[in-house]
Amino acid sequence: MIEVTGLTVRYGGVTSLDDMSLTFEQGTCGLIGPNGAGKTTFFNVLSGFVRPAAGTVRAFGVDLLSMAHFRRARWGVRRTFQTEQAIEELSVFDNVAMVHEHTKLGAATRRKDVLDAIEFTGLEAVAPDAKVRTLTAGQRRLVEVARAVVGRPRLVLLDEPAAGLPEEETSHLAEIIRAIPEHTGALTILVDHDMSLVSACCTTTAVLDFGKLIASGPTAAVLRNDDVIRAYLGVA
Amino acid sequence: MRDTLVRASPSRARIRPSRPQLIRATTITILLLFTLFALPQLLSLYYIDTMTQVAIYSMVTLALGVLVGRVGLVSLGQVAVLAVGAWVAARLLFATTQPYPVILLEAGLITMVAGIAIGLPALRLRGLYLALITLMLAGAITVVLATLNFPNGGHGFTGYNGSLVHIPPIRRPSIAAADPAYFRYSVIVATLMFLLVLAHVKTKPGRAWAAIRQSEPAALAAGINTTLYKLWAFALASFITGVAGGVLAGAVHYLYSIGFPTQDSITLLAVTLMGGVYTMWGAVVAALLYQFLPALLNNWGVSADWLIILFGLGVLQVLTTAPAGLADQVPKDLARLGRRLRRSTSRSTP
Repeated sequence: MIEVTGLTVRYGGVTSLDDMSLTFEQGTCGLIGPNGAGKTTFFNVLSGFVRPAAGTVRAFGVDLLSMAHFRRARWGVRRTFQTEQAIEELSVFDNVAMVHEHTKLGAATRRKDVLDAIEFTGLEAVAPDAKVRTLTAGQRRLVEVARAVVGRPRLVLLDEPAAGLPEEETSHLAEIIRAIPEHTGALTILVDHDMSLVSACCTTTAVLDFGKLIASGPTAAVLRNDDVIRAYLGVA
Repeated sequence: MRDTLVRASPSRARIRPSRPQLIRATTITILLLFTLFALPQLLSLYYIDTMTQVAIYSMVTLALGVLVGRVGLVSLGQVAVLAVGAWVAARLLFATTQPYPVILLEAGLITMVAGIAIGLPALRLRGLYLALITLMLAGAITVVLATLNFPNGGHGFTGYNGSLVHIPPIRRPSIAAADPAYFRYSVIVATLMFLLVLAHVKTKPGRAWAAIRQSEPAALAAGINTTLYKLWAFALASFITGVAGGVLAGAVHYLYSIGFPTQDSITLLAVTLMGGVYTMWGAVVAALLYQFLPALLNNWGVSADWLIILFGLGVLQVLTTAPAGLADQVPKDLARLGRRLRRSTSRSTP
């Protein structure tokens, strides 16, 4: 459960998030909106890359904003990036293990968790010691997802994970995203422009426009909402 | 499925070294033994001294390679760091009777503290701006050293004897007083420093640095304390450079502040890039370029100033065609040449 109240982020004169409040309960939740609506900024606030001008963020009862950014990842805030950021020169195993390496977990637990995450994302076809630079774009995306779900994440933030992927890889990814909450117990937030992916994965969805929340609720209802159609989806 | 995963996973593979790893380890051991035992017999005193400098500067380029190649931090202040190490070591050598290895360790540790101070701006800066700041800092250190005068065996904090007569030389370890022995001593110290870096890059810090270099956001998102690891890199690089400074003090016997000009940091970065920053061989190649090549030219009666032009062209070549440097490119080129030769001989003999 994540509760955001009055979140405001300004870059100089540009207000990226404007007094935004929203709550996501559980499962996989969608966050959609036009480019520049503040979706990635919201993720950046959650992962600690951007300090908001105002507002509070409570995740599972914890004040997230008071935590140092690297501690948030260890605590369980995990994310992927719009442009995939798997570390090329490291192996698949080391990429996924990176998150755990800086925690106090025992070596055996860490190993088991990493192998679990690799298996969960369907990367077992790739040798765990293969360097990421030898992987396809789709596999790299999966490495990033595996890194986000390894161990016991609390909040998994997926920033356009399907961007640039062919259809069959997107549907494989959709299956994984749908399974994350049950597999890890984490609240998953999915940002994507692919509405079929969002409606396939997300039970609830929130819509941002110009840094403001314009709608939220069950995905099907939100996608039929007139304001959302006007601001983002367009008229068919 | 799980079974194959467990079998294929890396930590099992690590227990038994692979064939290429064994070959590499054997090659390095043979080269090291050759350098330690055969090389001093083969070379004249002039080249033994040169090779001592190569051993010393291989530590400096190794340290710079860690910063540039592993973490992606460009420092143009390494010669100043070296000067600090040499200063501290020289002072300790005159003021105390501690064994040489202890003094090297102390010089390394004190320089490390200075290096962390230099590294502090790196927490906020990258690329050109970090390079600029470290260059200015190096300039500042050089000015301070020139004003204070390098310790030359006199009394007091700076240990400077202005009369310039009866100045005692900086001592060497008793087991390595002669030049060939000191060369061996330098090579052993350098080997230890290479092993220290190896122990870093193959483990947790190395992976954290790789992540920071390629994508700082990804590193942060994976829970890596990037501040800590950047400072760690600066600390390690400064420690190694400080130790190198200590070895340098004994090698040259007399130190002068003009021996550490600021612009040398730029040349140092150039040769480090040319040698290659992604492998540790690159550091050795860089040190050969930096110290052996000028000595060779001097011996031939050619001005070493030509090297500035050569290094400029070399950096241009590296940046455009071989980003991983000569240490990476030359073996590949040789392999390609070998293949081509084989193909042409097989074609000529039907």
